[in-house]
Amino acid sequence: MRTTILLIAAFIFSLGFTSCSKNDDEDQNVVENPLADYNLLTSFKSNGHDIQIYSDQEQFTVGYNELFIRIKDDDTDAFIKNADISWKPLMHMTGMMHGCPASAIETTEDTSVYSGYLVFQMPGNADEYWDLTLDYKIDGLDYSTSARIDVNSPADGKRRVNSFMGSDDVRYVLAMLPMEPKEGVNNFASVLYKMEDMITFTNVAGYKVTLDPRMPGMGNHSSPNNEVLTYDTTTKTYQGKLNFTMTGYWKINLELIDENGETLKGNGVAEENESSSLFFEIEF
Amino acid sequence: MKLKENATSAPCAWGWPGCSYRVFAVLFCSLVTEVIQAQVQKVILNQDTILPINLEEVILISSFKKAMDSTYVYNPMATLDNYLESSTKMEMLKRGAYAWEPVLNDMSSERLSITIDGMHIFGACTDKMDPVTAYVDVSNLSEARISSGQQGSEQGSTIGGAIDLKLEKSNFKPTGWIGEVRTGGEFNNAARMLGGKVDYSAEHFYVDTDVIYRRADDYNAGGGEEVPFSQYEKYNLSANVGFMVSDGKKLSTSFIYDEARDVGYPALTMDVSLARAFIGSVTWLQDRFVGNFMNWETKLYANTIEHVMDDTKRPDVPMHMDMPGWSDTYGYYSQTGLKVENHKFLVKWDGFYNKSLAEMTMYPKDFDEKTMFMLTWPDVRTLNTGFYAEDKIGIQESSLKLLARLGIQNNTVASDFGLNSLRIFYPDMVKSQGHFLKSFSAQYQTKIGFLDFNGGLAYGDRAPSVTEGYGFYLFNSFDNYDYIGNPNLKNEKSIEGNLRFSSDWEKLKLGLEGHYFHIKDYILGEIDTSLSAMTLGAEGVKIYGNLDYATLYNATLDAEYAYSTRLKLSGNISYHRGIDQDGGNLPFISPLAYRVYLQYDLGFFTGSFAMKGAGRQVNFNPGFGEDETDAYTVFSLNLGKRFILYDNMIDVAFGVDNVFDTYYSTYSDWKDIPRMGRNFFMSVSYAIK
Repeated sequence: MRTTILLIAAFIFSLGFTSCSKNDDEDQNVVENPLADYNLLTSFKSNGHDIQIYSDQEQFTVGYNELFIRIKDDDTDAFIKNADISWKPLMHMTGMMHGCPASAIETTEDTSVYSGYLVFQMPGNADEYWDLTLDYKIDGLDYSTSARIDVNSPADGKRRVNSFMGSDDVRYVLAMLPMEPKEGVNNFASVLYKMEDMITFTNVAGYKVTLDPRMPGMGNHSSPNNEVLTYDTTTKTYQGKLNFTMTGYWKINLELIDENGETLKGNGVAEENESSSLFFEIEF
Repeated sequence: MKLKENATSAPCAWGWPGCSYRVFAVLFCSLVTEVIQAQVQKVILNQDTILPINLEEVILISSFKKAMDSTYVYNPMATLDNYLESSTKMEMLKRGAYAWEPVLNDMSSERLSITIDGMHIFGACTDKMDPVTAYVDVSNLSEARISSGQQGSEQGSTIGGAIDLKLEKSNFKPTGWIGEVRTGGEFNNAARMLGGKVDYSAEHFYVDTDVIYRRADDYNAGGGEEVPFSQYEKYNLSANVGFMVSDGKKLSTSFIYDEARDVGYPALTMDVSLARAFIGSVTWLQDRFVGNFMNWETKLYANTIEHVMDDTKRPDVPMHMDMPGWSDTYGYYSQTGLKVENHKFLVKWDGFYNKSLAEMTMYPKDFDEKTMFMLTWPDVRTLNTGFYAEDKIGIQESSLKLLARLGIQNNTVASDFGLNSLRIFYPDMVKSQGHFLKSFSAQYQTKIGFLDFNGGLAYGDRAPSVTEGYGFYLFNSFDNYDYIGNPNLKNEKSIEGNLRFSSDWEKLKLGLEGHYFHIKDYILGEIDTSLSAMTLGAEGVKIYGNLDYATLYNATLDAEYAYSTRLKLSGNISYHRGIDQDGGNLPFISPLAYRVYLQYDLGFFTGSFAMKGAGRQVNFNPGFGEDETDAYTVFSLNLGKRFILYDNMIDVAFGVDNVFDTYYSTYSDWKDIPRMGRNFFMSVSYAIK
């Protein structure tokens, strides 16, 4: 009995202790690091700067990566505000090199934090790797730095990006934006890029992406009333609604349709044809 | 007197655990023993207690004597379902050997109001595997009161009628200690039953307790074919306690615990591993209320039900699923009566709050995939408040009964998870919505020459049930469709008429009775081809909708001829029809059905012979999985004899159901599962005075 009381007392005490320390942390963080809730994926040290790249994710992952950047001045330990940054990701394959869709980098509300996204089509491996070049301008002076980054396949192995040749002989990259899937109606977004050359990818507007979520494990059960992804000019993404009738593994069958109503990639799901050639996967 | 002696001897008389092996040994010989200590008040539920339409309230007090007189109830080991089935008014929808769903006027569950002592209870199974009647046992009950159509609106909003199961209570009768042990068995499915009760009742205090245990194996259909997964096991405990607080003021409480395990449903794809109910109430009874108001009765009650479906024992299940459901209800009512000259008023204020939640977890064959989860009842909270008033008016040889019920019902989807799911189908669905409910009825009884006439007109409506309004991919194995609720459903409204002509000559009684329901916005599942089925192998998806209207009617001709005081022949034949606005057949409508009973009663010797059958089901609806059910006729036989031995009574009864081992199924057997084949049963009751 006494042991139990002691244990309970110890538990309550530790509870109080941990919760107090947590609060302290949070208070400090608000002041110290606006990206404390994110993970530091890598940092580039050059030109007397420490360029830190943060993400909600734990690693650079195949698919859409929303990234946050800060530049620390090594001399003053201060974070540089209102820098002008651009980036250039490059995949070094054994036989060739290519880039990937990349957004412009913009300054966030906190002017020492910059954000943008990269869409990696493939992971790196022992012989092939991605590097990222950052060009930035501070107080009229140009700097540049470059480093190798590790891009990995998603931990769950689920498909979040499609790189394909459309029926119009153009190569496209279609990637879903990260989401927290839940049963019911979900907002769903994707970005679509056209590959102009090996390095240049441009954001495509005015197309449509149809959604047909299916559960292969449930006789290809689908959910109704999904809303086709259409282009939103403000966010430059394709926005729609994706419905899940239950939790579990869903295959989101897609069809990419251009402004003339031509299907560029993907196909409808039918009895003899259980999935589209263009799809995403979500499991929750 | 014997009081003390009885009390001390009770544990032995109960016979278990010490004596139970002997009891079971007896059972294995398929001999049914009934030991009755002292004067036993035995539950009887026979045809007489079931009042189809009657302006008068008749309360039948059960007694051992009456039980013995009641040759109508052929099997002393019968379950409540058997009793209800023996009513001429009712049919039972069967999915197996247990938990049959009562049908009245060709309407079931959501169109009926089923209460226990006026308490609302709602099953926790999304697939209707646990009608309220499954959570009580005959050992708890004194009678089932059945009212047709709006005559049943005293208990709550209804379309088809009401069934109120009355609990058996000693009710301050100075009977002292009463003890009873009952055991029984049947051949066909090795059903065995063991029960007992100890009651004490005096002028100022009573306590009734009873326990019953039932277990059955798979039954065999006619011809000997075993019907797999038709086993069940259940036990039920109950207690009633009453105090006479002062003269004319009584406080009583009742409690029931019911638990069924390992219940097979041969007609369904899943069985039940647990169905459990706690049912409790406290009642205050006062002979005089304010002014001339009398018989003030106020009850507070609560019940909680847990129901767990199970498919782990089934072979070749395409996907294992867990489907638990919970239903909690809290309610009250307060009623009082007033007599002014030839008027007899009853006013009642009642309400309940129900919480229905059910979920489904599916386990993919691929173990790497995550489990799939959905809420099939999204934690729906139903708050219902009603006001009921009736006036019985005596006009010379005639009487008129007027009644009205007004109610409001609010349904709220408490789970955001569930609400978000339903918004896939109904993007603008609101979390909470209200229904205004009303019911009016006028019933008139008079004598026209040699004819007794009883007729009435009524209007009533009901709100959609939880399943109809909010169900999510509920699989119906009968029509092989997944069902999705519709929160935009309109109330179902019924205009109803009934007539009964009867006449009573010296030896012959004749009656002709008819019920007609014109139901506007009849709620029924409608196929939506744009939707994809969820259940593996299901044909598609149906969404509940309102038909323009549906029409249901039935007519019954009944007759009784007494050759002598000892020999009596009775029977009835009934015709049923149910069609939608386009003349299409509604599902689950009885074909022509008939029953004949020949009863012989010599006091110490009773015998009865029964014939029961139905015509071919010509009017069926294939869209709901129905096919043409063949005609059938089955016979049963029951003999009983009483011996007196040293002042004690020994009653021996023997019977056989389905004498010719006919293989048959009726229109109300889910997926045409066959009914039980020939079944012998025997009972010996021993009563110690």
